[in-house]
Amino acid sequence: MEIILAIGIGVFAASGVWLLLRPRTYQVIIGLSLISYAVNLFIFSMGRVKLHAPPVLQPGTAGDPSAVADPVPQALVLTAIVIGFAMTALLLVVLLAARGRTGTDHVDGREAD
Amino acid sequence: MSNDALLLAALVLPFAGSLLAGFLPTHARNLAAALAGSVALIGCAIVVWLYRSVATDVPVRLRADWLPSLGLDFTLRMDGLSWLFALLIFGIGALVVLYARYYMSAEDPVPRFFSFLLAFMGSMVGIVTAGNLIQLVFFWELTSLFSFLLIGYWHHSAQARDGARMALTITAAGGLCLFVGVLLIGRIVGSYELDEVLAARDLLDNSNLYTVALVLILLGAFTKSAQFPFHFWLPHAMAAPTPVSAYLHSATMVKAGIFLLIRLWPVMAGTDAWFYLVVPAGLVTLLLGAYSAIFQQDLKGLLAYSTISHLGLITLLLGLGSPLALVAAVFHTVNHAIFKASLFMAAGIIDHETGTRDLRKLSGLYKYMPFTATLAMVAAAAMAGVPLLNGFISKEMFFAEAVADHTGSLLDDSLPYWATLAGVFSVTYSLRFILGVFFGPPPKDLPHIPHEPAHWMRFPIEFLVLICLLIGIVPSLTVGPLLATVMRSILGSDMPYYSLALWHGFTLPLFMSLIALAGGVLLYFLLRPYLDSGIEGPPLVRVLKGQRIFEKILTTISLQWARRGEVLFGTRRLQPQMRIVVLLAVLAALSPIVLQGLPGNGALAGTPIEPGFALMWLIGMGCALAAAYQAKYHRFAALVLMGGAGLVTCATFVWLSAPDLAVTQLLVEIVTTVLLLLGLRWLPKRIEDVYPTRPPLSTLIRRYVDFGIASAFGGILAFLSYSLMTRPLPESVSRFFVERAYTEGGGTNVVNVILVDFRGFDTMGEIVVLCLAALTVFALLRRFRPAPESVGSPEQQRIQDAYDDAEPDRKPGDTVTDYMLIPRLVMNWMFPVIATFAVYLFMRGHDLPGGGFAAGITLSIAFVVQYMASGTRWVEDHLRVLPLRWMGLGIITSASTGIGSWWFGYPFLTSHFRYLELPLLGKVPMASALLFDLGVFALVVGATVLILIALAHQSLRSSRASQAAEGGETWR
Repeated sequence: MEIILAIGIGVFAASGVWLLLRPRTYQVIIGLSLISYAVNLFIFSMGRVKLHAPPVLQPGTAGDPSAVADPVPQALVLTAIVIGFAMTALLLVVLLAARGRTGTDHVDGREAD
Repeated sequence: MSNDALLLAALVLPFAGSLLAGFLPTHARNLAAALAGSVALIGCAIVVWLYRSVATDVPVRLRADWLPSLGLDFTLRMDGLSWLFALLIFGIGALVVLYARYYMSAEDPVPRFFSFLLAFMGSMVGIVTAGNLIQLVFFWELTSLFSFLLIGYWHHSAQARDGARMALTITAAGGLCLFVGVLLIGRIVGSYELDEVLAARDLLDNSNLYTVALVLILLGAFTKSAQFPFHFWLPHAMAAPTPVSAYLHSATMVKAGIFLLIRLWPVMAGTDAWFYLVVPAGLVTLLLGAYSAIFQQDLKGLLAYSTISHLGLITLLLGLGSPLALVAAVFHTVNHAIFKASLFMAAGIIDHETGTRDLRKLSGLYKYMPFTATLAMVAAAAMAGVPLLNGFISKEMFFAEAVADHTGSLLDDSLPYWATLAGVFSVTYSLRFILGVFFGPPPKDLPHIPHEPAHWMRFPIEFLVLICLLIGIVPSLTVGPLLATVMRSILGSDMPYYSLALWHGFTLPLFMSLIALAGGVLLYFLLRPYLDSGIEGPPLVRVLKGQRIFEKILTTISLQWARRGEVLFGTRRLQPQMRIVVLLAVLAALSPIVLQGLPGNGALAGTPIEPGFALMWLIGMGCALAAAYQAKYHRFAALVLMGGAGLVTCATFVWLSAPDLAVTQLLVEIVTTVLLLLGLRWLPKRIEDVYPTRPPLSTLIRRYVDFGIASAFGGILAFLSYSLMTRPLPESVSRFFVERAYTEGGGTNVVNVILVDFRGFDTMGEIVVLCLAALTVFALLRRFRPAPESVGSPEQQRIQDAYDDAEPDRKPGDTVTDYMLIPRLVMNWMFPVIATFAVYLFMRGHDLPGGGFAAGITLSIAFVVQYMASGTRWVEDHLRVLPLRWMGLGIITSASTGIGSWWFGYPFLTSHFRYLELPLLGKVPMASALLFDLGVFALVVGATVLILIALAHQSLRSSRASQAAEGGETWR
């Protein structure tokens, strides 16, 4: 499982970075979204792969850390997902505004010479 | 009031007064002056009152906890030395305030002036009463800051701005050196408390950090006290209003450095390093200052250089390291403050009444203002060291110390000659000041006809000159006991014998004084023709301008290097910047692996592969790659493919035991897709392929390079995550969270308990970020102007309208209205269902996957679905969502839940939980964290909806533009 997840993260990140380096704003947005998937999964994978062990405890008992998946990376990623949405929205609006003002969707605000 | 409370009052009062003066109306000149004057007088009274207890040789102390975790206390401490300086600060401060009331023009915003002046006064008091060194540095930097504001008070003048900037750069940089020096002392001694530092001479002497600490502290003191080679800021600070010069350059700002040297004198002076660092600096400053003062054409410039020279004299005395020299230094500090303040005020009066300070224009003023002239003459005579005036006695002591043997070095042996020479110079420039301004032919073409100033404007000078005379004639009766108290506070019991008498018989110092007086007069008349020629600046050293070097360094750093850096690294194009960022990230990730290798040896056996998982990821990777390939020309396809990658991410979370993440990811996926769909419309039409046949080589190379960078990035990330996943999990904070989630947080869903309870403060920060992002989107879209070609109706609508036009029985718009009627109805009905689901997600969040974030996004989806079903206009007419209110409510709820715990005496965001028995529902867990989560929920709803509908609303803009005026944007 680890190897699959690792390769998957790598492919997501590589696709994202490729798009990040492209000249069209829309490509950059899609690229950033792909990178954020990869990074979220990467942070999440720091808690190691654990199947069928969600960090939900039985009521009335103290939890056993070895029996459940690591909750800390999950908590980190949860807020990152929501904030990632906000950032995508912000970037999108900035790019739309830039497009409205410059008349082009090139990341530099003008077509390459 | 007890003594320590009075001490605190003396420190707080100027700052309170400053704040108050800042709020006075711009032209409340008298009120502001009265306020500042009473603050200074009350301060004076407090200081005088405290003398009784200071004279018992036990410092007045006030101690309060400041940063107990770092072992830092807020300590005020007033011993004899602090007392003396505090008296000067408040006393001369009061006189300066009175003087400034008449000096400042009614057109200037005078309350602001007094506000700065009071704040500066408070900072100075802070320095002298600081009981620990960190506190001292703090107030030290405050004086730099407020002196900057004071010097630059007439900010419309470029000279004032430059002078202020220069003073700030030099003194604040020195302050940073001092800070490091103080930290070193704290490290050597183990405490920053002044009492402990002053008792730790042995520790300091034996430390190998002593020299470093000494150099740093001297840098602080020398920059502040304008010692060579940092002296050049002081003449430039003369662009300040004259009351400021009179205050900063006599009793306060520049004396802060002297104060620090005296304060640390008992523990740091007397070593060879001290002698060879301090004495040469003082000597050069003394001679250079005095020499330059002779040749100034600006009245205030002359006084400024003479100030530098006197500061050099005091520094030199402190450098000698003998107790007697210390006595002379302290005594001269007081004397200099008194006569220099009065001289600056006199110069200000001359400037004020004649309109110029240029010595080439001024002459023969005695006839016009005999009273001021007499006062200025007495003060100048004190400066020159004429007998019967205070300057004479301390200068005599200086000569005596110069003659005395200290280290027997060449420097020490030559001191008497240098001292006499400096004496000659000081007589010359004093003469120049008096003879040049008040005598000679009557003045020609002055801007104003001079006359005596208002009586109260002259009063401060009269008062100070009276003190000059009193100290000069009967020193042991006036200043003697005070000086003794001060010396006891510095030296403790081993007081040297000294006599403050006027007459010591025919001694060598007296002989030197006579030579200085005669030589000075002679030199003046020799130089007279040269001075009258009107050349600016001193001969020989005119080329050696510290200011020019300073400007050069500043230009080099802030302009040339910056420009070169911009040429080297800068580009206005985004892609190269992105490449650099990504490459740096790759390097940063690689370097530790290459340098140190991976931690732990040998990988663990991985979890066995499940074929479903592998298959799913094959699809996921395909989606990502295809999205990357298609994003340029097929935006919609790329969006769908990206959604596919998102779904695989989501499924991975489910598979690998992270249900909370899966829920959130799924919901966010929905809103992101809607968001991008809304944005698609405003992007330009796809351009046909720029390169019909084959792209040029440069483009191809760029693509290959980018492909290489992207592959490297992905490869490293894959390698890193694989290596980490196959190594055992180190012990981390997770154990704490898992073990306590239920027993202390009252929830079984550990992730949610971490978010809303254990790390609630982080979550608080995160929702604020979300809030800011949403508000920024909102603000940007309010001014949004779409590109002209995307304003028209979308293609689909045009086809529909064309169909309506063609059919005789249909009106245009009918098809749009009826379009997808049944799905639309279903979507309308979905609203309560989705909303209920949101509430369900929210309620179960503490124990099962769900929670405020997920619930918030769910509810916003419910709103967005309405927009999709019925169109923006219909929803805006029927539903007032008011997302800004949701957001405000959310922030307030979360913050007040946190603040609520203060009431019960717990830190911010401490949570409490218990089970409540409710009718019908049974036992329900009620945690205060639930309220916090409610805030998160409301904020997430507000922010998400705000972003989405602000964007959705834009589609109305284009049609509204043609319909002219329309109602306001009600959805807000």
